[in-house]
Amino acid sequence: MIRARVAFAGAIHDASPARSDRPGDLLDAEELTLADGRIVSGADVVWLPPFEVGTVIALGLNYADHAKELKSKRPEEPLVFLKGPGTLLGHRGMTRRPADVKFMHYECELAVIVGRTAKRTRRSSALQHVAGFCIANDYAIRDYLENWYRPNLRVKNRDGATVLGPWFVDAADVPDPGNLSLRTFVNGKLTQQGSTRDLIFDIPQLIEYLSSFMTLWPGDVILTGTPEGVVNVMPGDVVTCEIDGLGRLVNTIAADREFGR
Amino acid sequence: MLADAGLFSIPCDVPPFRLSGTVYGALLNHRSALAALGETARRPPYDAPPIAPVLYIKPRNTLSLPGEVVRIPAGTPELEVGASLGLVIGRTACRVSASSALEYVAGYLIVADVSIPQASLHRPSIRFRARDGFCPLGPAVTACAAVANPDGLSIRAFLNETLVQSASTADMIRPAGRLLADVTEFMTLRPGDVLALGAAAPAPRVRSGDTLRIEIDGVGSLSIPFMEGEA
Repeated sequence: MIRARVAFAGAIHDASPARSDRPGDLLDAEELTLADGRIVSGADVVWLPPFEVGTVIALGLNYADHAKELKSKRPEEPLVFLKGPGTLLGHRGMTRRPADVKFMHYECELAVIVGRTAKRTRRSSALQHVAGFCIANDYAIRDYLENWYRPNLRVKNRDGATVLGPWFVDAADVPDPGNLSLRTFVNGKLTQQGSTRDLIFDIPQLIEYLSSFMTLWPGDVILTGTPEGVVNVMPGDVVTCEIDGLGRLVNTIAADREFGR
Repeated sequence: MLADAGLFSIPCDVPPFRLSGTVYGALLNHRSALAALGETARRPPYDAPPIAPVLYIKPRNTLSLPGEVVRIPAGTPELEVGASLGLVIGRTACRVSASSALEYVAGYLIVADVSIPQASLHRPSIRFRARDGFCPLGPAVTACAAVANPDGLSIRAFLNETLVQSASTADMIRPAGRLLADVTEFMTLRPGDVLALGAAAPAPRVRSGDTLRIEIDGVGSLSIPFMEGEA
């Protein structure tokens, strides 16, 4: 099953592609069917993160090529950081780039959504705890990187800088999450490409690791890291992240003035 | 461990009447904590003392109600407990000024930032600080009106009823208003969110069988029992 959460005409709705039989409709849904039966245009709704998000757990340097790109060593233990709810944003949203920064970049990532409580879960059964998947674009502003509690929140926990969506795709509809291509386009030009085949710590390993010390609850989400190919983005840029079978997540970079600054 | 619904059991008699479950905290904000690092703060891997607030997140699995036992994982001799004043946000705070920041605070509570002791603050694993039950909170949200000045409160910690730490919120590098201003410059805080102001160093250490009690003037007293075992 594939679904979105959207705001439309005074309420928040679960929605699905109206024409899921049409090839490509997952990429650009022209029409959505709301849970109450109404059919609405995808352009007329506000897209929200596609599920009720609990704890946001993110991975740094989980692709060998990206680790090399940032001149970092391949980690021995997953490099995990946490994010708060204020940073979340839906499909077709705007993310602010402060005027004074030199390097703000996107990160296209496979997001793994927990469906069943996981506590000291072994990797062999870990995928049974996964409800589904979505695309994440986890922005960073490298200018603000300091060597204290990296990656510090000013880099990675900014308002509206963690984009999730457009769809929540059931785990049953993703036969091999360990073999999905990821692509990012900036204004239509391909800038980032990778495959979840190249994850240093794969999904079962991450669930085993995390659940060894923290209980994962339904709605908790693991952003599994990004491959190489991160480039600077500027106000007005349209950043599109794609993952096989999960759709296409669009975000626009906005200037300070659009946020009243 | 506390499910979301359990947050209702921490009394909050002022709007928003409940905690959201989102808890942030500042490290190295108490002067003693940065001073304890000495010259280390200028050497690799840090290179320079922090510019922005050094913040951490306590996810929902860490939240623990007053009186709940905090578990010390097997093979870990002792835990560290940062005793801090927690600011409870009352209305959405985005880009607040230091001078008006306290108008966004609904009240105060005690936050115990429990962690497995570790020397490095460079990129510490979250398994030290984000374990189940590692953030006892309470005992209740004390309304703003009952606390004249959050930047002048004594914080005391008692290990098995022996005084082991005595500090004051007057010794913060960023007092409450300044911290809120610098944090909300890039991340909005919402009603019911908690921001821990920062703990003094050295933080008390606890072992299995110990009870640590934290007391803050006018905010109350929070007793935390520690036992070896899995949460």
